[in-house]
Amino acid sequence: MTEEYTPQRRGVPLWAQIIVWMLLVGLLVIVAMGLKRAQQGTVQPGQKIDNFTLTLFSGYEYEGKTQVSMEELRGKVVVINIWASWCKTCEQEAAELQAAWEKYEPTGQVVFLGVDYVDTEPEARVYLKKFGVTYPNGPDLATHISQYLRVTGAPETYFIDKNGVLRYVEIGPFITTKKTNAQRDISAQIDPLLK
Amino acid sequence: MKKILSIILFALILAGASASLVFAQDTFPTDDDVNKIAKQLYCPVCESTPLDVCPTEACRQWREVIRTMLTEGKSEAEIKQHFATQYGIRVLNVPPNPWLTYFVPGVVILIGAVMLFRGFQLWKKPLVAEPVSDKDEAEQVQQDEYLAKMEAELKRRK
Repeated sequence: MTEEYTPQRRGVPLWAQIIVWMLLVGLLVIVAMGLKRAQQGTVQPGQKIDNFTLTLFSGYEYEGKTQVSMEELRGKVVVINIWASWCKTCEQEAAELQAAWEKYEPTGQVVFLGVDYVDTEPEARVYLKKFGVTYPNGPDLATHISQYLRVTGAPETYFIDKNGVLRYVEIGPFITTKKTNAQRDISAQIDPLLK
Repeated sequence: MKKILSIILFALILAGASASLVFAQDTFPTDDDVNKIAKQLYCPVCESTPLDVCPTEACRQWREVIRTMLTEGKSEAEIKQHFATQYGIRVLNVPPNPWLTYFVPGVVILIGAVMLFRGFQLWKKPLVAEPVSDKDEAEQVQQDEYLAKMEAELKRRK
């Protein structure tokens, strides 16, 4: 009586299989997250805005401070305008935003912040002077703020309530035409947040 | 004599002025100087476009910033650092730590490739029985003799 010798079939070690599959799944997750983020557009209304700090241009400080953080603005309605001196459509709304700021500044309940998106300071200053902008303004250093807000372009305006929750995003400029009124449109976003 | 001295003095002033003019022209950055740095930077708005060939107004402004900084005597590294600080490291054509950026993913990919290759090799390779050593063979012969004795004993008992 003889038994045939059958060698045991060797496979890939289990640990190697697990690592390979984990790497593959990890790669797919990263790709999926990137695609999802790219399709999401800007931060959506209803989302709580995390704390970030805006460094301000000299002459455009907030209450004498050269930096302003979202944390210290809790309890106030915050209007963040993304703009740039090279952005022609931003020019269409610059004066409108300044007029709205002059209307709401005395209440002490609203803060306008201009975030200068990928711009150069000399041109930014020329722009601010040209349109008589006086509300706090500063550069988006290393594009941290625009990346956080997932800005799709300039101009964009974000309306944040007193609890730090984003309530509305305007993509494009506030303009006054036969059919639209910039001041009315801006007030329509701010007034409900003051109640 | 006075007239000659005046002429010499005037000539010296003129020479000095022209020398300083030449010096000023030498230190003023040319378009080539600006573009040499601009081609190492990317437009942060219109992605994948080097700054030296980017036609937008924003890029023109950034090239002027380079020119201004060169005029101020800033080095290439300082200018690139300024752009990275202002607009993020994505504007640099080479990441700040290229060794880490390129080496780590390369090593990870290499390890993965080796593991996959090894895996496929083992899956596909025709399996061959391991050669039996002399020692094993002797043990097997001994075992066979033992088995033969056992079978003979069993037969006898039946």
